[in-house]
This record gives sequence, C-alpha cells and structure tokens, in this order.
Amino acid sequence: MALQNRLKPLLFHIIVLGLGLLMLYPVFWLLSSSVKPTTEIFTSKGLWPSAITFEHYHNGWFGLRNIQFGRFFLNSIMICVLAVIGTIISSSMAAFSFARIDFPLKKLFFALMLGTIMLPGHVTLIPQYIFFHKLGWVDTFLPLTVPKFLGDAFFIFLIVQFIRGIPRELDESAKIDGCGWLTLFVRIILPLSSPALITAAIFTFMGTWDDFFGQMIYLSDVNKYTVPLGLRLFLDSSGSSNWGSVFAMSVLSIVPSLLIFFLGQKYFTQGIATTGIKG
Amino acid sequence: MQKYKTYLAGYLFLLPWLIGFVFLCLSPIAASLYLSFTNYDLLTSPKWVGLANYRAMFTDDYRMMDSIKVTFQYVFLSVPLRLVFALVVAVVLNQGIRLLGFYRTIYYIPSLLGGSVAISVLWKQVFGKEGIFNQALAWFGIDGPNWVADPRYAIFSLVGLSVWQFGSVMIIFLAGIKQIPGELYEAATVDGAGVMRKFWRITMPLLTPVIFFNLTITLIQSFQTFTKAFIISNGTGGPINSTLLYSLYLYIKGFSFHEMGYASAMAWVLLVVVALITGIMFLSSRYWVFYSDGRE
Repeated sequence: MALQNRLKPLLFHIIVLGLGLLMLYPVFWLLSSSVKPTTEIFTSKGLWPSAITFEHYHNGWFGLRNIQFGRFFLNSIMICVLAVIGTIISSSMAAFSFARIDFPLKKLFFALMLGTIMLPGHVTLIPQYIFFHKLGWVDTFLPLTVPKFLGDAFFIFLIVQFIRGIPRELDESAKIDGCGWLTLFVRIILPLSSPALITAAIFTFMGTWDDFFGQMIYLSDVNKYTVPLGLRLFLDSSGSSNWGSVFAMSVLSIVPSLLIFFLGQKYFTQGIATTGIKG
Repeated sequence: MQKYKTYLAGYLFLLPWLIGFVFLCLSPIAASLYLSFTNYDLLTSPKWVGLANYRAMFTDDYRMMDSIKVTFQYVFLSVPLRLVFALVVAVVLNQGIRLLGFYRTIYYIPSLLGGSVAISVLWKQVFGKEGIFNQALAWFGIDGPNWVADPRYAIFSLVGLSVWQFGSVMIIFLAGIKQIPGELYEAATVDGAGVMRKFWRITMPLLTPVIFFNLTITLIQSFQTFTKAFIISNGTGGPINSTLLYSLYLYIKGFSFHEMGYASAMAWVLLVVVALITGIMFLSSRYWVFYSDGRE
C-alpha cells in the first residue's frame, strides 16, 4: 500500500511529462535541425547532432540578395512597438470611460463594442483594404499601426473588467482633492490597472508579431517586409535546397514570442483565463 | 453644467474607439454588404449585379463547394478534438498539484507558437514523406504517405496542427475547474463515489458554462483559420483544393483575382453561418449549460 502510494504520483508525472515532451518534440526537432550539418537533417534519427554548426544561422541571415533578415526584425519590432503603444493608450481610455464615467448611450456603445468581438474580420477586411488603398496607405506601415490607436474591443473589455475591481472610493477622494477626469485616469486608474495593461500589451505584441495575413495583404516592398513575410520569402527562394537555413530563421522568428512569454508568464495565464484569448 | 462636463469627458475618452468603430467597423460592414451585390476589381467603379455573386457561389463555383466541404471537415474535426484534449489534460493536471505551473507551460507552448509561419513550415516537414511523423510510424511497421501532399490526408495535417494547440483552451478549463468548491468532491468521496462518477456528476455539470464559452470561441476562430492552410499549401489550397479553407479561398478571390465583390459576398455568407451557429449555441445552452448561481 505504501509503495503503491508512492508509485502512483511517480507514474502520473512520467505520463504527463512524457506526453508533454512528445508534443514538444517537433519544436525540439526544429531546434536541433537548425544546428545540424545539412546532411544529417533528414537522415539522422536522433535529436542530438554529431556536430553543432551555426552556419545555417549565418547563411540564413545573409541568405537573401540585397536584404538581410535584420531588416525584417527591425520592421516587425517597429510595427509591434507602435501597435502596443496605440492599443494600450486607446483601449485604456475607452475602458476608463466605460467603467467610470456616466454619459448618454453608454450602454448601447458598450453592447456594440462587445458585439464587434464576435464579428469575423472578413466582413470589414475588403472595405478596409479599399479605404487604405484610396488613402494611399497600401505598402506602408500605416494600415498595420494606425488602427491600433483606435482601440481594440477585446482589450477594452479586459481592462473594463479590471477597472471595475478598483474601489470607487478612490475616485471620490480624488475628486474631493480637486482632481479632474484626466488626472484621475493618469495618476490613479492607470497605475492600478497595470496588470491588465501588461496583459493587453503582451497579447498585442504577440498577435501583431504573428499577423501574417494583415502584413501580407498590405506590404509588398521587400524592404518593408516583416519577419513572417521574410520567412516565407526565404522559404520560396531557397526552397528545398536549404532547409537548415529555413529552420534556423524559423527558430529566430519564434524567439521574441518565447522570450515575452517567459518574462510575462504570470500575466499570460491570467489573461487567457479571464478573457479566453487564444494566444 | 457639471453634468455636461461629465458627458463631454466620457465621450472624449471614448473618442479614439468611436472613430475606429465608425470608420473601421460600421461603415466597412455597410460597404461590404453593398459590394457583395456588385462586381468590383479595385480599378473600375463597382458594377451592380444583384444577387449574381451569391447565386454563383452556390451554383457554378466548384472550388467554392470544395472549400465549404473542407472547411466544415476542418471545423467539425478539430474543434471537438481540441476541446476533448484540453478538458482531459486539464482534469488530469488538476489531480497532481505539484509542478502544475511547469506542465501548464509545456502544454501551452504549442498554442503560443502555433499561429506563426515558422510552425506551419515545420509542420510541412513533420508530416512530409520523410518527416518525423512517418519515422515514428515506421517503428510500428507502417509506411506512411506524404500527409501534406496527398489530397486524401492533407486536411488531417491541418486538423492535427489545430488540435496540437489545445493549450490555451486547457488553461481556461483549468481556471474553471479551480472554481469548483472542493467540499463537493469531499462529500462525494464520503458517499463512496469513484473518480469517473465524480467527473461526470460534479466536474462536467459545473464546467458546462466554461465548455460553452470555449466551444463558441473555438468554433468562431476555426471558421477563420488562414495561416496554416496558406503556408502548408503554398497559398494554393491544394493538392486538389484539399486544404482550401474558406478564409484562404476568400483571400484568393479578393486579393489574387481581385474579385472584391465576390469576396465580400463570401464574407457575408461566413458572417451568416457564424451568426447562425452562435445563435444555435445560445439557444441550445439553456438545455445543457448549468449555472450554479441559478442564472438562466
């Protein structure tokens, strides 16, 4: 009986860990293939390379004519940083308004805002494209960044839920001290909402980083390409001849997401659990 | 006076979202409805054709038929599988509290990376003729096909990629399970209920709101899957339309063939289908979703 009680948790851990590692096996394989000598990638059975080489990283980084992968990273980072700043400012403003200020038609707007969360993006996609086309914004970063400064329904909802948890007495005492709405927002509500803001920032960054579709339809000049577009271009140009470099660049393209995930893990799980963002 | 100042403040804070709502949501919805009744190639002005786009979709567009078939296959295979995996693993993880955070991270990583181009590229290799999936099958003496290039199986590699990302759904289930009062399980144990009985009689009923939530969200998202199908099929939806998910076909129509009117009609059909399914979900929920606070 005593033995059984000790064996059961052990068995549990072995199964759960084993299944988890099995699921991650493709990712480990990607990692190992990126440092294996080319001849070994599809022939060797194991994960462990006979020799570690970084030539795939070098060849991949400098693998395209006239342009380096660094350019794609700079472009992606620029778009993501603007997207995060825009989303945080505009979504927190709207959330503050919904959560704390009373004005006519508030309920209607709130319901409409929630409704847009469920709306498939396809319905707005084509007119938006035509609109940006008419503005002359196609093949610039503007269609990928400016809309982020106009709020995101999902994050507005997330922040509203959070602000509702902040005691209203704080608002009252701030008003007695003569604070206006702006001071209340900037000095009190924003600092107290930082967990929700960080969650929104993380998800915005990752969503924008992986937004292959949006970047593909709006960007066509290679110099403006982002990491996902660069990776696809590289895949097409080097094709099956150079898988090592494709894998090496694939690894680099997922590093930012992993890094942010491990830095902000606490906010991550909270964010998913409360809103159901898929990530 | 004070009152109007408050109103003004409310609208000022809401202004960025309001502008976005009007220009990036409301008017595009109206515009796409109008465009769906026209032929429009972005260069010449839209030409009114009435219901022709809708009629063409369901009568003489054979690729459309393939696309609808593939999309339903994808959605109705991947959504239940993803939810079942997520629920089972969540329930199992909840048993052993130690290292929960660690395991949660491991199982979440596929969801974290799954939407990227890198993983789709990888997936194409994993399920290729010489890929690691077939290497594993070879241990059991099975000679696997090239899963990605065979029209009979290509959709299953997409389903597999989707199910592989069950981690985010699992985290929501874990949060839901944590809300179930422990006393219920203690009382059931005292009454002699086994593990399975506790699962079916306590966990499942109390988790129905979370299941409902996950089911709705996952369904809506699955109808809109794009990147996987695009990368794995090189943007073609092939072989023989076997991975032509609806979003991919919409993209091809709108942005490769510049049939913006037709693509808008497709978007509206998608909207109606998603709305119908969501509606049916909500209507059916009163028969199977159980709110412990007595809310209907």
